Amino acid sequence: MAGEKNRKIEKIKSELKRNKTATFTILFLVLIILLAIFAFLSPFPPNKVDVLNVLQGPNSKHLFGTDELGRDYLTRALYGGRVSLTVGILAMLISSSIGVLVGTVSGYFGGRIDNFLMRTVDIISSIPWMILVTVVSIFLTPGLKAIILVIGLFTWMSTARMVRAETLSIKEREYVLYAKSSGQSIRKVIWKHIIPAVFPTFIVASTVSIANAILMESALSFLGLGIQQPLSSWGSMLQNAQGNLGNAPYMAILPGLLIVLTVFSFNKLGDILRAIVEPKTNGK
Amino acid sequence: MAETREKLVDVKNLKKYFPLKNSMFKKGNQVVKAVDDVSFHIYKGETFGLVGESGCGKSTLGRTLNRLYDPTAGEICFDGNDIASLNNKQLQPYRKRIQMIFQDPYSSLNPYMTVEEIIDEPLEIHTRLSKGERKKIILDILEKVGLKKEDMEKFPHEFSGGQRQRIGIARALSTNPDFIICDEAISALDVSIQAQVINMLEDLQKELNLTYLFVAHDLSMVRHISDRIGVMYLGKMVEISKSDELYAKPLHPYTQALLSAIPIPDPIKAQNSKREIITGELPSPIEMEKGCRFRARCPFAKPICAEVDPTLKEVEDGHFVACHLY
Amino acid sequence: MSSNIEEKSNLLEVKKLRTSFYDGKSKLEAVRGIDFTVKKGEVLGIVGESGSGKSVMVKSILGIIPTNAKIDAGEIILDGKHIENLSKKDKRAIRGREIAMIFQDPMTALNPLKKAGDHLVELLIRVRGMKKKEAKNEAIELLRMVGIPSPETRVNQYPHEFSGGMRQRVLIAMALACNPKLLIADEPTTALDVTIQAQILELLKKLQTENDMSVVLITHDLGVVATICSRILVMYAGMVMEEGMAHEIFYSPKHPYTKALINSIPRVDGEKTRLKPIKGSAPSLTKVAKGCPFAERCELAIDKCFTEMPVYKSFSSTQKCMCFLAGEGDKLDG
Repeated sequence: MAGEKNRKIEKIKSELKRNKTATFTILFLVLIILLAIFAFLSPFPPNKVDVLNVLQGPNSKHLFGTDELGRDYLTRALYGGRVSLTVGILAMLISSSIGVLVGTVSGYFGGRIDNFLMRTVDIISSIPWMILVTVVSIFLTPGLKAIILVIGLFTWMSTARMVRAETLSIKEREYVLYAKSSGQSIRKVIWKHIIPAVFPTFIVASTVSIANAILMESALSFLGLGIQQPLSSWGSMLQNAQGNLGNAPYMAILPGLLIVLTVFSFNKLGDILRAIVEPKTNGK
Repeated sequence: MAETREKLVDVKNLKKYFPLKNSMFKKGNQVVKAVDDVSFHIYKGETFGLVGESGCGKSTLGRTLNRLYDPTAGEICFDGNDIASLNNKQLQPYRKRIQMIFQDPYSSLNPYMTVEEIIDEPLEIHTRLSKGERKKIILDILEKVGLKKEDMEKFPHEFSGGQRQRIGIARALSTNPDFIICDEAISALDVSIQAQVINMLEDLQKELNLTYLFVAHDLSMVRHISDRIGVMYLGKMVEISKSDELYAKPLHPYTQALLSAIPIPDPIKAQNSKREIITGELPSPIEMEKGCRFRARCPFAKPICAEVDPTLKEVEDGHFVACHLY
Repeated sequence: MSSNIEEKSNLLEVKKLRTSFYDGKSKLEAVRGIDFTVKKGEVLGIVGESGSGKSVMVKSILGIIPTNAKIDAGEIILDGKHIENLSKKDKRAIRGREIAMIFQDPMTALNPLKKAGDHLVELLIRVRGMKKKEAKNEAIELLRMVGIPSPETRVNQYPHEFSGGMRQRVLIAMALACNPKLLIADEPTTALDVTIQAQILELLKKLQTENDMSVVLITHDLGVVATICSRILVMYAGMVMEEGMAHEIFYSPKHPYTKALINSIPRVDGEKTRLKPIKGSAPSLTKVAKGCPFAERCELAIDKCFTEMPVYKSFSSTQKCMCFLAGEGDKLDG
């Protein structure tokens, strides 16, 4: 137990040393986030139409060519990354907050409350999300806000289940019993004792849910239900590329590659964090 | 005499049943009778030891006393007031006076809180003192349990098992309680450390006039620390006696078996002593038949033992036993 | 009694055994140079508190240390053959056939999906090459031998239908299935209640004499060693502090740690007096001090104890102890 913090840092270090993919994914994520943030440094404005240079293949001026309106494709992909990552992170925050809340309440109180919440989870999870999202997006005006809300509101179930399971074991720990026996209010017991203990689980779950949100956003945008022009995301760029697949296949490759690598990296990050959080599965 | 001493805790006919979930094929409401009709009292300033094997209900009894569990029936009189049926709000003043020390020094402290925050928690609930005043109290208590000022900022994992148990004790002391329930408080510690903690508990008892309920399965340690001892078997109190008398002259066949099973750290005594090893194991606490619960393992069982559940009676001065032999 | 033991030949010899755990750059020396022998037909008790390295030591002998641990040095000789450099496969053959082990936690050592009897049957088929039917009969016999009532029905039950004590009996039956020469029991009764502990200790003793096995019993409970062990090693911080016959350890201990340990426990017999705890807590094994590992907690430590490692002194043909002050005048005999 002693030196838990140091041991964790040591563990991260050795995990990174051992696992070259892990090092790569973390570097990639840092790079893609920095690029998205500093996309404005690009010499080309993202929405500047240049009819003289439409559908140019990759060349020395436009590294990844231009789209059908002559916009620099790399710049657009970076701005698209902003949207995709924003959607991923914000939707994760919504879904994780709901998931942690429902999970802790369900696990802590048990009984009827637990039954009710968990059956609700079962019901929502049994409806294919695509149908759910499609129906809901009819009622909301399409756009960035709508898509974040829709993804956030319908992906919290697995987090809730995980957090509930964790809560069930934590509430039997003696420090929680002590807090109860010394008259601590329920709200504070949950806030001070349960939530910090489920935090590691939450971190792991949230990296995975960022990846999922990015994928969902791409799928929705690809189907035309997501991000609308002139804003672009990797998903909507893919949809755009569909029409030009014959004469400009590179247009599909860049956003596709970015989606795959980013999602892979977040999932991998989740694996690394899990290895650190759960010592039992580590190194065996 | 003992009768003139003031009772701090007086438990009458306390029951705690846990319902079992009905399985798909079995009907009826099955319950586990973890504590079944237990009566005893604890005098002010004494240490009452509660012993028994795992599953006998001793921990449940301890946790029902401080209302961590709601009793199924019975009275828990604390300092003259029945707290068995009070609601959370009404209980608050008693929660300040009844504190608890747990077994596992690794799970009884929140790993995400500093020592200061841990000891501060009960203070924050039960006092209206300012942060600065509370800090002064915390420093005071830390010194009492042999920890240093610098330790306030540290996290539990930076301490050894014995030191962690000291933090748990400091936390229990912070509200200036009258009654402390020690639930297997030293069982997880190394032998050499157990003695440190026990000595400290004894010193604190003298200094602060504390009353202890000491729940444990280590019979030698219980004998050492307790003034009086209660022996439990399957939810029932089978014998209550002064500690020296219990070990010198155990009356209940179960107590006799329990005491003779203790391994004595003395090769000649241990290898020459004739040990009465009881055979068999604890029966299931769910399907309880009528009669004495120990009779299946009891070498002296009589026909009446299968018919009538024996009740506690005073056989000698202050020595109670629930057995048809007496 | 002691002369009798001396005549017996050695079954297991361990020489200068060192085992460490590696975590990143840091190294934790769990076993720091241990010499001992197990004689044929004796019950050797190894006593130590948590972190004394007693479990790691026997796991090193069996070759079942965790992946982040490594045996740095040492010789292990079983029945005249060196076994420290054997391949994993050969070591596995020794485990079970020649050395068997029972563990502290009878709850996790059995596969919950397998019948209790099948654990035994599989073992008998694999190790003793029995036919299935024959193995089943033998399994019933084994269960009977370890005192499980109505073994014919019990053999077909699953582990969850057994209590803790009964599971420990099943594990003992498994350990005995292959007539091992040496049984290593790592805290076999710690998870059990006292009345069940008494039953299991009695059983171990009975089986040991009947089968003329050697038993190594690892425990932190001085009462348990006093009950069934003839010889005792006292371990602290990865080293053997003192070694001797049971009566030597309990009635004339030489090492301050042994003395302090015996004095720190309350007893059910005799007077109630204030306990004498050992000050401080066990030392860290990541930054090993130069001198005696117990020096920091020792009431009698002199300057030399902190800077120099003491060597063993013999007090009889069976008792030796690692302390500068042991046997030097009356200081220690108070």
